[in-house]
Amino acid sequence: MEATGLSLVTVVLFLPLIGFAIMLFMNERTQAGAIRWTALGFSVLTFLLSLGLWALYNPDDPGLQLVQRINWLPDYGISYYVGVDGLSLLLVILTTFIMPVAILASFRSHIFEERGREKLYYLFMMLLEWAMIGVFVVQDLVIFYVFWEVTLVPMYFLIGIWGAEQRIYAAVKFFLYTMAGSILMLLAILYVGINAGTFALPEIIAAIQTGALSFPFDGLFSTQGLLFLGFLIAFAIKVPIWPLHSWLPDAHVQAPTAGSIILAGVLLKMGTYGIVRFCLPLFPEASVAWAPTIATLGVIGIIYGAWVSYAQRDMKKLVAYSSVSHLGFVVVGIFALNAAGIEGGILQMVNHGVSTGGLFLIVGMLYERRHTKAMEAFGGVWKALPLFGAVSLVIVLSSMGLPGLNSFVGEFTILMGTLGSNILGFVFALFATLGVILAAVYMLYFYQKVYMGELDKEEIRNLEPLHWSEKAALVPVLIAIFLIGLQPAPFFRSMDASVDALVRHVDESVPEVVVGNLQMPE
Amino acid sequence: MQLPSLSELNLGLTVPALSLALWACILLVIDLFIPRDRKSVTAWLAAGGVVFAFIANLLVYRDPGVAFMGLFVADEFAGFLNIVVLLTAFIAILMSVDYLKRTGIERGEYYVLLLMTTSGIMFMNSANDLAVVFIALELLSIPLYVLAAFRAPEERSEEAGLKYFILGAFASAFFVFGAALIYGATGSSSLPVIVDAVGRALAGEGSSLLLLLMGSGLILAGLGFKVAVVPFHMWTPDVYEGAPTPVTAFMSVGAKVGGFAALLRILLVALPALTVAEGDAVAGWQTATWVVAALTLILGNIVAISQTNIKRLLAYSSIAHAGYVLMAVAAAGTPGVSDQATRAALIYLMAYMFTNLGAFAVAMAIEKDDGSGTSLDDFKGLGRSRPLLAAIMAVFMLSLTGIPLTAGFVGKWVVFQATIEAGLYTLAVIGVLTSVISAFYYVRVIVNMFLEDGEGDPAAAATPYVQWAIYLTFAGTLVLGIIPSLVTNLSGPVALAVASLVP
Repeated sequence: MEATGLSLVTVVLFLPLIGFAIMLFMNERTQAGAIRWTALGFSVLTFLLSLGLWALYNPDDPGLQLVQRINWLPDYGISYYVGVDGLSLLLVILTTFIMPVAILASFRSHIFEERGREKLYYLFMMLLEWAMIGVFVVQDLVIFYVFWEVTLVPMYFLIGIWGAEQRIYAAVKFFLYTMAGSILMLLAILYVGINAGTFALPEIIAAIQTGALSFPFDGLFSTQGLLFLGFLIAFAIKVPIWPLHSWLPDAHVQAPTAGSIILAGVLLKMGTYGIVRFCLPLFPEASVAWAPTIATLGVIGIIYGAWVSYAQRDMKKLVAYSSVSHLGFVVVGIFALNAAGIEGGILQMVNHGVSTGGLFLIVGMLYERRHTKAMEAFGGVWKALPLFGAVSLVIVLSSMGLPGLNSFVGEFTILMGTLGSNILGFVFALFATLGVILAAVYMLYFYQKVYMGELDKEEIRNLEPLHWSEKAALVPVLIAIFLIGLQPAPFFRSMDASVDALVRHVDESVPEVVVGNLQMPE
Repeated sequence: MQLPSLSELNLGLTVPALSLALWACILLVIDLFIPRDRKSVTAWLAAGGVVFAFIANLLVYRDPGVAFMGLFVADEFAGFLNIVVLLTAFIAILMSVDYLKRTGIERGEYYVLLLMTTSGIMFMNSANDLAVVFIALELLSIPLYVLAAFRAPEERSEEAGLKYFILGAFASAFFVFGAALIYGATGSSSLPVIVDAVGRALAGEGSSLLLLLMGSGLILAGLGFKVAVVPFHMWTPDVYEGAPTPVTAFMSVGAKVGGFAALLRILLVALPALTVAEGDAVAGWQTATWVVAALTLILGNIVAISQTNIKRLLAYSSIAHAGYVLMAVAAAGTPGVSDQATRAALIYLMAYMFTNLGAFAVAMAIEKDDGSGTSLDDFKGLGRSRPLLAAIMAVFMLSLTGIPLTAGFVGKWVVFQATIEAGLYTLAVIGVLTSVISAFYYVRVIVNMFLEDGEGDPAAAATPYVQWAIYLTFAGTLVLGIIPSLVTNLSGPVALAVASLVP
């Protein structure tokens, strides 16, 4: 498994940084177009190469693949250690998929007329892509923390410089909230690393499996319980799990369109991914013990998010709260702690990235045209722009979980996992289902308010048609929605082996609770 | 009594520190012949002395030995800190050249005093005897008192000098009294001799323990003043604000390095076995340093939030950073962790040196000739008028916060690691929580630079030499952040040297 040559993972990881370096030396005034195109070109290239990862990836091998490892701080047991497995592959591709969409969405944005500094903007985009891919591929706890924190900086500036009126407040809140959570994780990482003698995750997990390393567990707030919480709180803030969500609406509403797309599409998934990648395998007993509590918070998030969404009159806020609801689903799925739940959870992360990314995209397009996010200002958009209306409908239905589209597959699998779980069971599934129904309510309400109705407003009648770059941003989203919805099997297949191994590991560590009894249907 | 021969003195080892002191004296004479309007020549001569000492230090470094019959040790610990101090002095000279000219206080003595205090710090790094520590402490402090008041007759600068002098005198008195008490308990002032005597003193009657505890407490207070930890920090904001900015920058790093060097050496070489109760494993001073570190972190970071002047903000932030170094000192009280904790303290000091000097250099570029223009509002719009300068300042602020890929993160990382390894979990939690608090005020600087709009040209004074200082510290901050192994290797055997030098 240990390879010394250049791994494709490293190439994918550092490609955005090369783009960053090239753009750094371009002139903002004379080469504005070239900067835009370089950013797009590198993000597309990164996406194509990340598809290569999938091609090279062997779905039967549960372990880490395409590994590369270089010592960084050998004295402290820290190394640059990257690779992909079933847990991270799809999320890497999601990241590289969302980035070109977000960059295309910025092409014609008004924000540069108001705030300028277009070069800086795309530089931050590249930096952000680098850091996000890093979070998903890195296997060393310390380097993971490095990438995790580095994502904060470009996002902070994207919100703070190019955001709406309350941008500074939102940016600072975002920064402090996330940092407060993650720095506790740093302590937990240190404790784990010092006890294990290495910070390489696969080695630590192997040590736990052989019994060479164990974190004492005898209650929710024992050593292992606290370590679990140290990691979980950092992730929960990012997800965000209710009641730690209060930064999210501010950040989403104030961020520029591309910022919202990336925030919803990728950054939030770093939290749920972290739970699967670190919390479950490192602290299996604590995960099982805490599962009902966290899943309850997840269910509260599902219903709360949906409820609050319905009450919004601001389109962006509506979509923002819907994220709280959707990610509650993912959390419940993960803490079902069986193969169906976790696989559904991971797929739902991808789905939410695509659908909610798409929602922010269309909301952004509406905002560009009317300079308001209030739903009252719209109505009858479908009549003015039929094609845009149809595309929007698909995205809205996808977000609702209509069968045949992507989210349905994820939600269905999660519900199956929840029902079959010995830890959660029927009641959780019941309340989670309620969330699906509520989602239909607020999404259809949104669609009805904005797209349906009479074309009685002069401004709507004269809505500017879609620019080619806007169309180009929508097409990949549509493709992804249908592809996952109609052909989910290859996506599950890529996760099967790794998730099975993870579930088995948790099972074996906690013998008294038989956890993973429900296998995926072939 | 037989006088030692010259070869027994082992003078070669003292060349880095001694040459700087000698060069300062010679420079004082040379300066007489340099015309008033060409004092920058003095600056370059002083810088040359620093470079010479730096090279000499590199040659001596890694070849441990004792000089002056055991009063002076040249080990890797001292060598590493000498590197930090000499870099500080060099950067401070770069920062001073234009600044002195444009603020109208250009006098040759300035550089002489700077070299004096630098050599004082270097003696402090190497002092192996309580008496030598005291002399070095005075050599460090007295030129700094003068430098703080260098802007006289301006009131704030005079106030800074006087305040620093009076409180500094108290601190020295504390230190001397503490040293005397330890001498009383152990019968020696030599650190390696004290360590043996501590065991005997503890085994004897009870009063020795009391003397030792009081003595080490007073030493902690005296040195705590120099490094500005709570509750000995009161002077810091006023002095930092009033002193000329390059002096402040030098003081915020140099004086701390000297203070921590002496503190670490006294605690780890002389007093590692000082335990309060029979059978205790950890050193008795651990609790004291623990509490002081926690107070320092909390107070420094919280009070910094309400500051509106960048120099005062950096003053409180420097108090907070002393707290992080003190975390490592506390961790060093646990046997088995002391090597690692010492190393952590050294790495932290180096990281802090680059970042903090850089931040002061940028602050200086903003400052107007009359010393005004250092309020946080003056940073508004810097992102537009001077994007590069603002971007570099942003990196310094992120580094002070401890965001990865900067030196500050590496420093915090090693310190937290040592603290956890020593089992001081509560202290570690306080450390990380206060880091979050610190993010609040550091980020505000970034907000002002990039997100708020300002007017005018805030960076009128970014003269070439200052810019070189900024680039140098910026490079240091990034290199240390991205390739920390460069420095961790350099400091690898440092801690061992401290322990193995006991003759």
